[in-house]
Amino acid sequence: MATLELEVAEEAVTQPARKGRRLGMLFWAAIGWLIFVFAVAIFATVLPLPSPTDMDMLERRAPFSAEHWLGTDGLGRDELSRLIYGARISLVVGVCAPVIGLIVGGALGMLAGYFRGRFESMVVGSMDVLLAFPPLILALAVTAYLGQSIFNLTLILGLLSVPAFMRVARAATLTLARREFVIAAQALGATHARILLRELLPNVMLPLLAFFLLGVAVIIVVEGSLSFLGLGVPPPISSWGSMIGEGRESLDVAPRLAFMPAAAMFLTVLSFNLVGDTLRALTDPRQGAL
Amino acid sequence: MTANTLLSVEDVTVDLPTPRGNLRAVDHVDLTVGAGRTLGVVGESGCGKTMLSRAILQLLPKKAKLSGRVMFDGQDLLQLPAEKLRRLRGRSLAVVFQDPMTSLNPVLTIGTQLIETLQEHLELDDATARKRSVELLAAVGIPAPEQRLAQYPHQLSGGMRQRVAIAIALSCEPKLLIADEPTTALDVTIQAQILDLLAREQRRRHMAMIIITHDLGVVAGRTDEVAVMYAGRVVERAPTPALFKKMRMPYTEALLAALPRLDAAPHTPLPAISGRPPDPTRPLQGCSFSPRCRYAVARCRREKPALTEAESREHQYACFHPIEIHEGAGA
Repeated sequence: MATLELEVAEEAVTQPARKGRRLGMLFWAAIGWLIFVFAVAIFATVLPLPSPTDMDMLERRAPFSAEHWLGTDGLGRDELSRLIYGARISLVVGVCAPVIGLIVGGALGMLAGYFRGRFESMVVGSMDVLLAFPPLILALAVTAYLGQSIFNLTLILGLLSVPAFMRVARAATLTLARREFVIAAQALGATHARILLRELLPNVMLPLLAFFLLGVAVIIVVEGSLSFLGLGVPPPISSWGSMIGEGRESLDVAPRLAFMPAAAMFLTVLSFNLVGDTLRALTDPRQGAL
Repeated sequence: MTANTLLSVEDVTVDLPTPRGNLRAVDHVDLTVGAGRTLGVVGESGCGKTMLSRAILQLLPKKAKLSGRVMFDGQDLLQLPAEKLRRLRGRSLAVVFQDPMTSLNPVLTIGTQLIETLQEHLELDDATARKRSVELLAAVGIPAPEQRLAQYPHQLSGGMRQRVAIAIALSCEPKLLIADEPTTALDVTIQAQILDLLAREQRRRHMAMIIITHDLGVVAGRTDEVAVMYAGRVVERAPTPALFKKMRMPYTEALLAALPRLDAAPHTPLPAISGRPPDPTRPLQGCSFSPRCRYAVARCRREKPALTEAESREHQYACFHPIEIHEGAGA
């Protein structure tokens, strides 16, 4: 019962903020958390942290202490340091992969939506093939063939996110390309490139960027799942997913080893979702008014 | 007509394939516009006015089939390579569209849209293009043009936006401006302002203009020649004064009669044209206006009247039974 009441109370707080188009506390809390995570990840090497890979067999699964703020993991490695270095991997993969999707998928989608015809059928068809392919099998096959590395992981996840971005870009372009200002631009002698880059791209960018933030959240989770399954980054590099995977073995003795990276991931993904949602809510209804 | 013909549309036909069959949007239309002259194209919705303007610009939907000849400034636009055609558009051939809400890009500032058009065609540097833009905005009657450059279309009113659209169309000093229902989306007081603005700029720049509208009142005082279209065909064509003095085609008469009159008593019902325009996917055998025409006889339903010359070379109409005596304006 208690949790139920809490949820209702929380909704009551967020509702008016969204209606009034005010960004609200939650949004700023999310932004704050993201800034914090990014800052810590970027400055990880400068921070006074013990190495995330140095093992101390005498201090395995040590509790919180002044020396190890968040204790140590099953191999005596500093948990806080591993979390922070893990954030680097999760964020690099989580941001770079959707960037690949955004650029490739966005470009394909806009071209398909603008030029239509055979090119569109080809693009949509190949994306459907990609969507029908089981992603886990693809990831397995590629890591088995090309080896496990952050680069390969990013590439796979980027490839997997292309169809979604393509669809968003194509849908937006399809409706925009029929608007009169595109015909007006053509009537003014604009080239196809100019229409795509100057007339359509600024319009398509809004939904794409909002979708990008949601994409980051999804990719962080997917990267975590892959690492959990041992398909992600190779050990001893830590990522949140692989830390949860390693923590699983000691769930009964030290559940915090699995829960702390899980919490970090949860908060980060939630923040990305909140920011993405707010931005989408800001850009969506106005589109109609313009 | 005139010695220096700028645009001549010769036997242009536009076919649009639809799921219900072939739709003939424009049916063997011949028109000419002399340099610096104004042509009004009048007709009700769906009679092919807009398709005709798109045909002139070569901006038809991809599936549309176009036949005939469009000669502009000595060049056949249908034979012109795409790149040359692109350079021509905007530079010597410009358009103002019906709805200024949608014909401007919502996410670019007025300045960006104007300056880029100028730079695209005239290769001006940033400062010159900016200066020209301010002059153009001032010329179309926009107050505080400097500040407007940084504003987005949604910050401007409908009339303002149409002024901006006209400024963009005028930016490269076109030889021909096509105004496709430029005032339909605006309210009445603004309509007159925009039409006066177009007329003023036309005189000043000595450009030719085609005003496409469904409102005979719009073309009355502002055009040199009027072509009345019905179901894709030109059914009457005459110099404006001649047309209003002595219209021969029953459709023109009915169109004029359907205009609301200021001197009529309040609550007078408008004499609407009864019936609907023919289905363009099913061409009629006879005159396409015959089902709605009050003068129609059996011959009108059998044969299609050709566009023929009447008492003068300029006045042409397609009717077997033209109105002989014209009693005032309206039936």
